[in-house]
Amino acid sequence: MMKLDFSGLESASSHFHGVDSELVEGLSSAPSFEIPNTTNFDGFQKEAIQMVKPAKGTTTLAFIFKEGVMVAADSRASMGGYISSQSVKKIIEINPYMLGTMAGGAADCQFWHRNLGIKCRLHELANRRRISVTGASKLLANILYSYRGMGLSVGTMIAGWDETGPGLYYVDSEGGRLKGNRFSVGSGSPYAYGVLDSGYHYDMSVEEAAELARRAIYHATFRDGASGGVASVYHVGPNGWKKLSGDDVGELYYKYNPITPRMVEQEMAEAAEP
Amino acid sequence: MTKQRANWSPYDNNGGSCVAIAGADYCVIAADTRMSTGYNILSREYSKITKLADKCLMASSGFQADVKALQKHLAARHLIYQHQHNKQMSCPAMGQLLSNTLYYKRFFPYYSFNVLGGLDSEGKGCVYTYDAVGSYERVGYSSQGSGSTLIMPFLDNQLKSPSPLLLPAQDAVTPLSETEAVDLVKTVFASATERDIYTGDKLEIVVVNAEGIRREYMDLRKD
Repeated sequence: MMKLDFSGLESASSHFHGVDSELVEGLSSAPSFEIPNTTNFDGFQKEAIQMVKPAKGTTTLAFIFKEGVMVAADSRASMGGYISSQSVKKIIEINPYMLGTMAGGAADCQFWHRNLGIKCRLHELANRRRISVTGASKLLANILYSYRGMGLSVGTMIAGWDETGPGLYYVDSEGGRLKGNRFSVGSGSPYAYGVLDSGYHYDMSVEEAAELARRAIYHATFRDGASGGVASVYHVGPNGWKKLSGDDVGELYYKYNPITPRMVEQEMAEAAEP
Repeated sequence: MTKQRANWSPYDNNGGSCVAIAGADYCVIAADTRMSTGYNILSREYSKITKLADKCLMASSGFQADVKALQKHLAARHLIYQHQHNKQMSCPAMGQLLSNTLYYKRFFPYYSFNVLGGLDSEGKGCVYTYDAVGSYERVGYSSQGSGSTLIMPFLDNQLKSPSPLLLPAQDAVTPLSETEAVDLVKTVFASATERDIYTGDKLEIVVVNAEGIRREYMDLRKD
């Protein structure tokens, strides 16, 4: 039978220490995932994923610049062609100085980021210092690697500010972990990269960087049907993260493409001519 | 040699729709009472709503056997919580517990589409909506189940409030009164019953407010 690595869930079982074991028998004997009793595990997982249809459409991005890390994301969740939500929080606040982004399976990202937050807090308590971005991303990457091939869908960026300065890592459910200065993840990422790469300078101000991030998300939501909703922009500085803006992308369209009165009058004049 | 295919699935879909709407000081949770399998109706009076805590209810559609197992699990966990903390679980706490419970079956999911409704610790209405593996979000209103694609656009039209992600934040309380919200739910289910074969028979509405929990029923088309 398959042996899975459950160390990622260890913190959950300590919850029941000291409680009469009969009472909680079967509820928490060991933190574990039930495996279906089937001969064709992969086929079963494929069908189970079809049933769950995790939200994949998304645009998230993050980049390092002179003043820290800028993180931005849209807020649409889609199940096939149906928009299941326009107000999903895709930027997850792991702790006051670290953020994670969500792309892929919503439940997978939410659960493992929450789990990472717990692990980071335990690290602080055990070592009397904050965990580094390198360490946090490694914790997450190791857990995801141990579930490689089981159908988890996670494409996340861990952004934070630690003793070595700003840090940004890309971590995914294939077990990949990359350190970098600029990342965009999701179905809208090609569009976001286009805007981001052409407008990027290392020494931008916070306002310029925020506007670049906002524009990149806006353009991705314009062209990618699976991205939309509200474009959120966060900044991570030496004192932690701060949410800078949350704008409805429908309204951003009219901000970037204002309808001038002259345009309207010209159209009306043209229409009036026979 | 062709791959062996399973000739039995552990899952079934018993159909049905659920709705929850959060107000300033109340919460309305509603579900139809039809339980079906394929083209057959198994029961016209099956309740999909369960009370998890004093001011917290859950409505679930999907595979009712998994729903029943999930309800039992949550009730047991709530009892342990009461023994350990000497108080009832709040709605947000139950919200996270449900999310974790669903995710622990990530590789053999509960085929259960849930909405959690109740009052938060300040007495304001709160609704949480879930997918089958535990991703959740606090919202002002939500619907799940076979009729949700028919119901959701109508609720968006009537109740759509500014997104909680907007900055500067805009107030997102549903402006409806309790009676207006209950009427809205009745209208919504009457419409869904017309166009969804799995929704109908009877509507069960539960209203949670400061005074307590109140239950109401309304007949729907039985065809």
